[in-house]
Amino acid sequence: MAKTALQFQHNGRDVAIFVDGGTNLLVALRELIGDMTPKFGCGQGGCGACSILIDGELHLSCLTLAETVAGRSVETLDGIKEGPNLHPLQRAFADNFAAQCGYCTPGMLMAAKALLDRNPQPSRAAVVEAISGNICRCTGYEPIINAVLAAASGGRARA
Amino acid sequence: MLELRKDIFADERDDNLKEIGKGTQRQDMLGHVTGTSTYFDDHKLQGMLHLKVVRSTHAHARLRRIDTSEAERSAGVRRIIRGSDVPRNLNTLLSLINFGKDDEPSLAVDKVRYKGEPIVAIVADSPREAYEAMAKVRIDYEPLPAVLDVEDALKPGAPVVNDTYPKNAFIYHDVYDHQKLRFGDVERGLAAADHVLEQRYQMSPIEHAPTETNGSIAAPDTNGRYIVYTSTQALFFSLDTCAKILDVPSNTFHFIGGTVGGGFGGKVDTLTEPLSILGAMLTGRPVRYLFGREEEMQYGPPRGAERIYIKDGVMRDGRIVARKIRAYFDSGAYTRLSSYAAVKCAAHLPGPYTIPNVYGDVYCVFTNRTPATAMRGFGVTAMDFAIECQMDKLAHLVGMDPMEFRILNAYRDGDMKAHRREAKNTALIECVQVAAEKAKWPIREEFKRASSRKEGGGSRAAIPPTPRESYAPATAPSQQRTTYDRAPATSREPPSPPPPPPPRPLAPSHGAARFSSVFGTRRR
Amino acid sequence: MSVTVRTFTSTGEAAAVLSSDRSARYLGGGTLVMRALNEGDISISTIVRASDHALTRIDATGSRIIIGAGVTFARILAERDLGFLHAAARSIGGPAVRNMGTVGGNLFASIPYGDFTVALLALDAVVSVQGGLGSRDMPIEEFLQTRERQTGTLVLSVSFQKPASADAFRYRKIARIKPKGGAVITLAAHLPVSSGRIAGARIALGSMAPTQIRARAAERALEGRTLDAATISAATAAAVEGIAPADNALASGWYRREVVGVHLRRLLSGQE
Repeated sequence: MAKTALQFQHNGRDVAIFVDGGTNLLVALRELIGDMTPKFGCGQGGCGACSILIDGELHLSCLTLAETVAGRSVETLDGIKEGPNLHPLQRAFADNFAAQCGYCTPGMLMAAKALLDRNPQPSRAAVVEAISGNICRCTGYEPIINAVLAAASGGRARA
Repeated sequence: MLELRKDIFADERDDNLKEIGKGTQRQDMLGHVTGTSTYFDDHKLQGMLHLKVVRSTHAHARLRRIDTSEAERSAGVRRIIRGSDVPRNLNTLLSLINFGKDDEPSLAVDKVRYKGEPIVAIVADSPREAYEAMAKVRIDYEPLPAVLDVEDALKPGAPVVNDTYPKNAFIYHDVYDHQKLRFGDVERGLAAADHVLEQRYQMSPIEHAPTETNGSIAAPDTNGRYIVYTSTQALFFSLDTCAKILDVPSNTFHFIGGTVGGGFGGKVDTLTEPLSILGAMLTGRPVRYLFGREEEMQYGPPRGAERIYIKDGVMRDGRIVARKIRAYFDSGAYTRLSSYAAVKCAAHLPGPYTIPNVYGDVYCVFTNRTPATAMRGFGVTAMDFAIECQMDKLAHLVGMDPMEFRILNAYRDGDMKAHRREAKNTALIECVQVAAEKAKWPIREEFKRASSRKEGGGSRAAIPPTPRESYAPATAPSQQRTTYDRAPATSREPPSPPPPPPPRPLAPSHGAARFSSVFGTRRR
Repeated sequence: MSVTVRTFTSTGEAAAVLSSDRSARYLGGGTLVMRALNEGDISISTIVRASDHALTRIDATGSRIIIGAGVTFARILAERDLGFLHAAARSIGGPAVRNMGTVGGNLFASIPYGDFTVALLALDAVVSVQGGLGSRDMPIEEFLQTRERQTGTLVLSVSFQKPASADAFRYRKIARIKPKGGAVITLAAHLPVSSGRIAGARIALGSMAPTQIRARAAERALEGRTLDAATISAATAAAVEGIAPADNALASGWYRREVVGVHLRRLLSGQE
């Protein structure tokens, strides 16, 4: 199979890989880069488990042709920690019991980050809208929404 | 937050416990929020192959011919697996506890019994190459009439779904085609009732739709064993099932799992492990078999559909005097766990109410639908739905408030349940009272004062005379029992008069004995 | 046969490949083509891309609006001049899908998707397509009727007349899940008013036939009338004419047929 060379920034670090034609970014990240934080849930754009940021915008890595990120910046959950410290969103998710099985959590966190990067003080409705493309099957939307709001208010929980 | 009503349950729990009753952090939370919790598919193995399955396009068909010759020559294909490659190509999940007969192949051989049934597995270098080979498998079907309705399936002359059970019903203890509950004389109760209400209820199959689809990765280990990373919810159950199907000792496998991306009962069927391990055995390479979303939704096992008929006799004052239930649990084409679901269904009759005459027949039925499996209270939830709908209708029929109607009929501590066990720690009355209070639903003073701890037992503890039905003596064959079983109970209840209520234990006795729906009561 | 990706700077070269290679698909936002590949659609073995900036241009300054086929829904939402289309753009997917999905791709999205196309149909849009032999403009209805064949062309842009007033264009998507979910029914109406009477009414429906369709009988009931209760009732009664809704996981065809009039009434009477 013909392979194509691909370079991009992965969580601030330059990476270079060779991809097969038609490889999606989810497979490229997981199998070629070794970043297992984006998850496969549907391959259809229906669940949001593979959500990542491309140049700061929320995208679905399973529906992104890998070579379209050439020269661009890709950010995954693996890159949001601040050194050894959790990102405020990660801390808020833990404090608010916003994960059960944990499978939707990487995508939820990236969708939440995309929101807070743009709108640091979102309304509850804005949070609901921001995570509307992410499915949680353990029925944890309320704690997730509360966690995002808590992170937005700097750790001070609000109703 | 959880609230324990000490006014009602003063002696239920010690308040000085360190962990119980307190919020505590999940031990896997740090892994979840950092994305480092390791699910089965997070293992990247050198030289891993990809397995995909060709599935039946018919609900019921004979397989005249399966031609894989072109697929075998397709680029990137390492191995085609057929039913004849599976060492023991017939299994039933609960055979591990000697319950039920082997009825389901890993790969269909002569017949397919539901749309989506696996027929051929393809192991290839890449998913794309597996898909391309799948398109080259030629299957010659002879479509057969399908039966998709539980009651149609039990009619004489219905198409036989599963040859292991030619009457389309699971057979309990080699004798019974359904689960039966008899308590008192339901016909007399119905005849004496002021009103009789008969209704039909139905619940559809429900897909668990876990965010992580079913799957597994199997790889040859360095010591002749196989490492299996799996999404299973039942690690050792799956391990033993694989050992049986692949006809090897169970220590052949090292199963790694436990971090599951949502299961809800949909990941206990060991759907992928036997084939991924067999693929690894036949190719000597790691093999990954992951359900796509479409496969998960269409062919992953759902909660089984149920159809329930309830006929109740109720008095003008609101007392239910007879409840007769006929229920059909749709197992789909194979048994999986539905035999057990029907047992639970019967064990849940007649709901949490004290009714002097109860009659129940529950069938586990085979149809040409996707096999059903476990899902959160399976066998119970549909029956609850039906019973509680019926309770509302009955309340309306006698002109009673539905909350008060439930309090009136609720079982109380010391009452005899239809299964001939004493009701203990019932608390339904208190639950209804608290629900009414929270919902600001007015109930009358006498119902606010009712208590599950008062006025139970006595005549309510009696086992009523129950008419016998003639049946062949039922001694369970030894194959149906495990060594853990006690000998079957031989005592017969007296036709009349009812025995005095059993003495009430002074201390709470829960935990002393355990009731198993499959095997009966066991001492801990 | 594996998948080959071919990227061109000019739309002409891209269109030439699309028209000559039956296994070629144009990759817009990826929400259709990548999904098909993920699900094992082996009929696609060439992915065509074009980097021509014209494909991502929005011209919303004049009375005739032109939207490049590669414009995403997020960009429409960021464009103040396209405010009348924001409800339609916002009704699609979640934020990630709106960052990826394009106007051109939506023309090819089958039920229960393709909501934005319902809005375009009500606007009487013209679709500019480039084939192997050159480009041409095609009424959107004709495009939808020949959609299967259009995978062999490259959609360049859509264009339409801007509605005269905010009230003249209405859109409504009925979904079981909010804020995101596949459509039970999608409705859009363009009701230009001339001397107090409706002139050139357009009502478009999604999920009511194999492709998005116009509700012509309902349009006729509105034409030349004022939008009063009697007119709305007449249009509502006519809503079921010519529809052929199918069953899917979101709703049965029967249900869709039963409720289309209810939702059309709400749309026309401005009810929430």
